[in-house]
Amino acid sequence: MNAKIESKPAPVKNRTTVERTSDREVTVTRTVNGPARIVFEAFTKAELLKRWWVPKSLGMKLLSCEVDARVGGKYRLVFDASPEPAAFFGTYVEVKPYSRLAWTNDEGGAGGPVTTVTFEEQGGKTLVVLRERHPSKEALDAAGTGAVEAMVETFDQLDELLVALGESSGQ
Amino acid sequence: MVQYTTSRLDASFAALSDATRRGVLEQLGRADASITDLADKFHMTLTGMKKHVGVLEQAGLVTTKKIGRVRTCQLGPRRLEEETAWLERYRRHWDERFDELEKVVEELKRKEKSDERKNRK
Repeated sequence: MNAKIESKPAPVKNRTTVERTSDREVTVTRTVNGPARIVFEAFTKAELLKRWWVPKSLGMKLLSCEVDARVGGKYRLVFDASPEPAAFFGTYVEVKPYSRLAWTNDEGGAGGPVTTVTFEEQGGKTLVVLRERHPSKEALDAAGTGAVEAMVETFDQLDELLVALGESSGQ
Repeated sequence: MVQYTTSRLDASFAALSDATRRGVLEQLGRADASITDLADKFHMTLTGMKKHVGVLEQAGLVTTKKIGRVRTCQLGPRRLEEETAWLERYRRHWDERFDELEKVVEELKRKEKSDERKNRK
């Protein structure tokens, strides 16, 4: 039961694919137009990460973003979720410049999912493969349901966000 | 598409409007069962249970397969649809993220190039 979703082919835009690669793992792949060195930098420097990490449709603002991308280093992202700010945090467990990154996701307590990202440069472009491995099938299923609920909750903020984004992009 | 969705929704609501059928779904959530098992459990005739299962099957909530002389029921393709819907939302999130990432990468590339030009001067 490996449902695979792909975005519709567009002439310019790179495609993002998401695949449930096992009972407890989801894999995201995307080619990014740029060398691995720069893409890696965008993943590991707070001032760059905070510019792209929050999905627009989520309707949340990033209040703070701290990243210490060294093995054993921590990261902490705080969103202005309602009713109170939500923090996402964890520890980097693998940091191999320009090729591999892995971090824990500890906001739900110990035993959260581990995210592994590999960067593979091909002709000036970088194939990014991101794996989110959950401790059990049940944990991944629950994460899925939670994401759906979160989407419904934040949906009514979407209009507001679009207006704000329209204003900021017009600057 | 709208028609399809609406008729599926109608079928689902109709299927779920009956207490026995809700019980059958609950039961199948725990384990697959034959129509005979279900008929016994809900103190019903085989024909009566067949009707209920037929309604659930039409709504896509249950699938059945016949192995030998026994017809086994299990929860239906709806589950797969839910998973697909979740994956699609998840994909959209990542797609949005990566689109923004591309902008950042593009900017850094341009900056590097202009820095190179400055250094050469």
